[in-house]
Amino acid sequence: MNAELQTRQEEIVEEFSFYEDWMEKYEQLIEMGKELDALPEQSRLDEHLIRGCQSRVWLLASKDENESVRFQADSDAIITKGLVALMVRVLDGLPPKDIAESDLWFIEKIGLDKHLSPTRANGLNSMVLQMKRYGVAFQAR
Amino acid sequence: MSSVLDTASIRGQFPILNREVHGQPLVYLDHAASSQKPIAVIEAQREYLSHYHSNVHRGVHALSQQATDAFERARSTVQYHIGAAHLEEIIWVAGATDGINLVSQAWGREHIEAGDLILITRMEHHANIVPWQMLAKEKGAKVEAVNILADGTLDEKDFQKKLKLNPKMVAFMHVSNTLGTINDAQRLTKMAKAARATVLIDGSQALPHMMVDVAELDCDFYVFSGHKAYGPTGIGVLYGRKSILEAMNPWRGGGEMIDVVSLEHGTTYAELPHKFEAGTPHISGAVALGVALQWLTGVGVKSVMEHETVLSAQARHQLGKIDGLRFIGEAPSISGVVSFVVEGVHPYDIGTLLDQQGIAVRTGHHCTQPIMDHYEIPGTVRASFGAYNTLQEVDALVQGVERALKMLR
Repeated sequence: MNAELQTRQEEIVEEFSFYEDWMEKYEQLIEMGKELDALPEQSRLDEHLIRGCQSRVWLLASKDENESVRFQADSDAIITKGLVALMVRVLDGLPPKDIAESDLWFIEKIGLDKHLSPTRANGLNSMVLQMKRYGVAFQAR
Repeated sequence: MSSVLDTASIRGQFPILNREVHGQPLVYLDHAASSQKPIAVIEAQREYLSHYHSNVHRGVHALSQQATDAFERARSTVQYHIGAAHLEEIIWVAGATDGINLVSQAWGREHIEAGDLILITRMEHHANIVPWQMLAKEKGAKVEAVNILADGTLDEKDFQKKLKLNPKMVAFMHVSNTLGTINDAQRLTKMAKAARATVLIDGSQALPHMMVDVAELDCDFYVFSGHKAYGPTGIGVLYGRKSILEAMNPWRGGGEMIDVVSLEHGTTYAELPHKFEAGTPHISGAVALGVALQWLTGVGVKSVMEHETVLSAQARHQLGKIDGLRFIGEAPSISGVVSFVVEGVHPYDIGTLLDQQGIAVRTGHHCTQPIMDHYEIPGTVRASFGAYNTLQEVDALVQGVERALKMLR
């Protein structure tokens, strides 16, 4: 697996281990949401919406000059935005193949899968799926 | 403020209320989505399955007769509970959604023709919108919705105006699951009947909270779900006026609903109510729903409503002090449903942080997207109260919302 991807996941797991309860973890997610730049209004198009989230989540991807995938994302709910920011932090700038084949073990490790209500977890799953799809698509080109 | 109910004793009858969520005591404020179940209901199902489960209306053996007796006794409990004139006017269905689909398919297919109008309201649950849209599409008919006013009451002038278009069917909810609005169902029915429309009332949010008397309402159909009225999921009731039900053809075919089946001479159908109950019914659900309604009567429906009104008034009083908070639904006649939005904050974020504090509310559009369009909001946070909720839980909700907002804003 991509060494950078491993390091990023380890960093996040360490960061989240400092928090004692889930309210603090949510505070961290909210902070990450607030720090992620908002998408310009013209990019908030329905075609960029991810299905399966109760709030609206936009995800855009492009390939840069190094053949790496660059993600941009936004959401109208701040916790969801924090979640997508977390995903962008893990996968942004990696080669398409590594994104397509990524094992995102940190999600389970920090307990995100258990602590999000099923609808929200679906949103998270949809985000991961969509990002991997971009990886596959950019690999093919 | 004191309560009209002995909530300590009531809470003791709901085992689920003892559990914790995310390490916090559960504060269950999602009654409008589904109510929790008292021991009497849980036991009724267990007892049925442990001692006399069998198929109904068929066997000559003792178990089948006992099961049939219990099943039919539950039917008569429903009959008396809602004041139906005849036992056979009570049809077991899977829930309110199933009941409305039965009417739209069985009654609707026979009576709705191209160009006809089906009148609903803008506050309807999707269950009372989509089946009519499907029927209208099939038949080339139209569905129109009566407007709502800013405070969430039904626009009666618009209702009057649209009745002049001679709708064949008028379908509306008794109590709104999102706004809490209590419609004057008797008055609306009278107006619709004067326009010679057939009337269906969705009573899902009314039956658990108030006295419902279909004879007084004088409606043609009334539906409700068991699971919102302290009963099990998968069981509900369609009340239909006998003369109308008798004239209707069945919707689903199968066992139980037949008189004689012949491959040569065709099939004749059973009498009411079995004509509309194809296949083996949800027997344990029906038995337990009967017990749920008896439980509700034992506690006192009027007291339950008074209690819920005290709780929701207190919630509105306290939440109303929060900066930027706006209630969605402030009708003068309102149930124990409190829907709100907070300026600049997504309802889902509030709901997620309440959940972390053990407080269960619902967020989103509550299966009423046309209401969200009307108010131009993505959704609301909705707290809804039942007999087992307390003023302490109202305090927990308010503190929970304040804490969430401190993190989010």
